[in-house]
Amino acid sequence: MTNRMFAYIGHKGGIVEDSATELLAAAKAIDAVGSPTAIVTGWGPDFDVVCESLRASFPEIWKITHPSLAYANAELVRQVLVRVLPPQSILFVSHDHFGIDLSPGLSVKLNAAFASDVLAIEGVEGGSVKLVRQEFGGQVNARIRCDISSGAVINIRPGAFKIAAGPSASGTVVDKSAAVGALAARRRYLETIVAETGDVDITKHNVLISVGRGIQEKDNIAIAEELAESLGAAVSCSRPVVDAKWMEKSRQVGSSGKTVRPKVYIACGISGAFQHLAGIKGSPLLIAINKNPKAPIFQVADVGIVDDILEFLPELTNRVREARGMVVK
Amino acid sequence: MEILVCVRRVPDTSENEIEINAAGNDIERDELVYSINEPDNYAVEEALKIRDRVGGKVTVVTVGGDDDEEVLRRQLAMGANQAVLLADDAFTGSDGRGIATVLKSFIQKGHYDLILTGVQADDGAAQVGGMLAAMLDYPFASLVNSISDEDGSLKISREIEGGNREISEIDLPCVLSIQTGINEPRYVGMRGIRQVASVPIPQLGISDLELDPATVGAVAEKLHRIDYFVPFASQGAEMLTGSRDKNAEKVFELVVTRGGIR
Repeated sequence: MTNRMFAYIGHKGGIVEDSATELLAAAKAIDAVGSPTAIVTGWGPDFDVVCESLRASFPEIWKITHPSLAYANAELVRQVLVRVLPPQSILFVSHDHFGIDLSPGLSVKLNAAFASDVLAIEGVEGGSVKLVRQEFGGQVNARIRCDISSGAVINIRPGAFKIAAGPSASGTVVDKSAAVGALAARRRYLETIVAETGDVDITKHNVLISVGRGIQEKDNIAIAEELAESLGAAVSCSRPVVDAKWMEKSRQVGSSGKTVRPKVYIACGISGAFQHLAGIKGSPLLIAINKNPKAPIFQVADVGIVDDILEFLPELTNRVREARGMVVK
Repeated sequence: MEILVCVRRVPDTSENEIEINAAGNDIERDELVYSINEPDNYAVEEALKIRDRVGGKVTVVTVGGDDDEEVLRRQLAMGANQAVLLADDAFTGSDGRGIATVLKSFIQKGHYDLILTGVQADDGAAQVGGMLAAMLDYPFASLVNSISDEDGSLKISREIEGGNREISEIDLPCVLSIQTGINEPRYVGMRGIRQVASVPIPQLGISDLELDPATVGAVAEKLHRIDYFVPFASQGAEMLTGSRDKNAEKVFELVVTRGGIR
């Protein structure tokens, strides 16, 4: 394979994002002996710390520093990458809110292929890479042949690739800032508004009753609330419930919501999109109740029940109340 | 403001159990329930709200075939001013880039200040909006979850990690990919759809769009789907198959022992 490999590394507050080693692992799936060059953009003292810490994992680090790169604005980073990447490069990017912003447009400007949200890489065959993606809400996987003859931008699903920490790469930092030139943005970053905690802090509970689209309507939230109350647990939810305005955003578990670390997580009528699962940490006992036996949640749950939550949850509430000598309604 | 919303008709994953066909090269499409791609519906609602605030027109467009007319008609019933179907045999087999190429050629035949797409469709790639913006050389923002109007620009919020919101200002014309939850899409009933039943929906093909056939369809694809397979469950859940009350009993027991609940 003649394509040179690169990984665009995200960082925040002087700390390299966890995805850096995942991008390394994805590159190893294409070329086990080669190693990608890290590309990192930023500004200020924090940024020097980032470049230094990458030396442990990458043999070569290209740093591009400029005052207007202090905040990772995808429009500016794209201009940088178009100028520094050699033809036919394969660039790995994490499929997070930044990678979603950057990569599709970048692939057009590089005239390269774009493979989005990649779960697995099966290898290289001639001028193509064989990779795996999910479609239809994670219900089926698709095996894709991606033409890399004119290069590719490959967005990697967070958490899908794992690598054991190897010996230190003792990498070299190369300053490529001079190659970049003037940068102009038509989209200008103003500020970040931090999410509110809300009335109930779902990150502080040992048991979460988490409801998804299967709860069907706002009035049915009460069914989950009653169960939570009988157990001394809290009710959290998945994205569709917030989108429908049935619960506050502060109750949402997932990559765009809260990260929770309960001991028991009861997923009720939740299909199990990876964005939701990304918010469940600390390996809780995951119990899934869903009326669709093919719901992806059953692949990751510890215990599964195929049932209608609108019937099952009241039954469970009654069971709890009985056991505790509470009034059974 | 002239607003274009790019929409797509997709199998409704909340209504369907998706099965793979016998050949393994597609999903079983008989008896599937189709609907408008959910994020696209939010995008249309957002376009209507902006139009109602500042004036102008909302056009909805899709790349597809005759079957896709129903989603365009539904968005007309919702309040869009006009709808256009981009259909041609030559578009069949287009990957995300091919779809963006068709949309670009349509956009260049008109004038739009703002172009919206849903954040992603049934293939979950979240790619067409960003590709389209790059082809048009317009600024772009993904995962947009609020829009307010400024003079000659927009103030937007993007959904970033942890429920945080990234606020930016973006120049017009631009392309935005809209995240679900940005608004509450209005209800569309059968009556509304009947009222727009006779509204003509023009169809444009490859020659109307003056497109090079080598840039769209299966011939232009950089990504090719080899086959589909069911995700391999490394472990999978221990399924409780007892009666409802027995299952409830078991779950209660697990919550007590593992959840530290007394």
